[in-house]
Amino acid sequence: MNFTLKIWRQKDAKSKGAFETYEVENISADTSFLEMLDILNNNLVHAGKEPVAFDHDCREGICGMCSLHIDGQAHGPSQGATTCQIYMRKFEDGATITIEPWRSAAFPVIKDLVVNRSAYDQILQAGGFVSVRTNSVPDANAIPIPKADADESMDAASCIGCGACAATCKNGSAMLFVAARVSSLAKLPQGRVEAARRAKAMVAKMDELGFGNCTNTGACQAECPKSISIAHIARLNREFLAAKLED
Amino acid sequence: MSCFLTKSSLGKKLVMSITGAFLVLFILFHMSMNLTAIISPEGYNAICRFLGANWYALAGTAVLALGVLVHFAFALILTVNNYRARGKQRYAVTVTEPGVTWASKNMLVIGFIVLAGLALHLFNFWAKMQLVEVLGGHASLVGGRTIAATDGAALIAYTFSQWYYVLIYLLWFAALWFHLTHGVWSMFQTVGWANDTWYPRLKCIANAVATLVFLGFAVVVVVYYIKGGCACCCA
Repeated sequence: MNFTLKIWRQKDAKSKGAFETYEVENISADTSFLEMLDILNNNLVHAGKEPVAFDHDCREGICGMCSLHIDGQAHGPSQGATTCQIYMRKFEDGATITIEPWRSAAFPVIKDLVVNRSAYDQILQAGGFVSVRTNSVPDANAIPIPKADADESMDAASCIGCGACAATCKNGSAMLFVAARVSSLAKLPQGRVEAARRAKAMVAKMDELGFGNCTNTGACQAECPKSISIAHIARLNREFLAAKLED
Repeated sequence: MSCFLTKSSLGKKLVMSITGAFLVLFILFHMSMNLTAIISPEGYNAICRFLGANWYALAGTAVLALGVLVHFAFALILTVNNYRARGKQRYAVTVTEPGVTWASKNMLVIGFIVLAGLALHLFNFWAKMQLVEVLGGHASLVGGRTIAATDGAALIAYTFSQWYYVLIYLLWFAALWFHLTHGVWSMFQTVGWANDTWYPRLKCIANAVATLVFLGFAVVVVVYYIKGGCACCCA
């Protein structure tokens, strides 16, 4: 398969970027999207040109490192998949594919397609944890947890913090990410203890970092590679308002 | 707690949700009142007289104006925040994500249309009814004839005998329909009364409320236009 790639190139955070067009040829339909970019970079290096910088790590959809806004969609045209899980057979032979970095004020571009997502780490550090004394491992069944609660918590915990939610949201809102973290811990007895403090601290940090306000469009859940539901945002709203009313 | 309503993003959204719910309740009341005008113009005028410029009606109007003002002011504040959060550099290619409605992405623009319609509506009715009484008058000159401030039915008949007002009001109701299809379920989401089981139900309720409001208001306009002899057809 042959493709024309329109890729955002930007030297560094301060430089002004622009799209550049590249051709890639003889790509197997079973090549993953990131492997296709590897092939392009190989060609660029052989031609003595600067390769395209892009984020990636595990390449099996669990680390949250890969990003990319492909043809107008975060993580490309598949639902419930990361960029590394997209294969070139998803595209028409001869297609022109536009590849952009995440666009959000809180995710500044570092270089080409790489953005700084440390804002999400800062939100996590504000409260996305459970405070425990380290000791011997407790018995697994010491605290009974209903299966439905454990499942719901696990659904929220599947968030890989990739940033697709804020990158997709027209308001640059990080609500789905914050909600997934708050919700996954609030549904478990171990996390329940600090639920009020956590919701307030994480929302405060989210606001401080300049993320936008949720307007319930649902675009985030449509583009989330882990298909996390906005029902978790409803729970965050509930947790936060209840915590504030107790103040 | 006192300042989280104005400082926190979720606090500001709570204000949007509560003022929105209040305005929806008022709209439902207004619609019910209007429907009386079809059944009995005299009955409708009796409601107009009951409200008039009495203290309770004036207090209600003031609270209502405050509701509209706060809802709109917070919408502007939130939208400016959101615009900044999106960043200066925008995507070159965008798509509408599956399951995302047009209304949900254009609430402010639709809100502007609703507000413009409201301004026209205040000019057409409120300025010739309650305002006249507040200023000490009892009637005003409308379209070359004197209409009493409590004769709401005559004012409806006059306004909707003109085809362009019929058209403008129907467009206004259509904008309100879009606004409510997103707004009504959204206010439940914002206060946290929603989950995956209830989303289809809430969205169904939102569509039902929006459609009820549209039909309830539109039927009065259309009935009075027909009663007035379809000025457009005869002109």
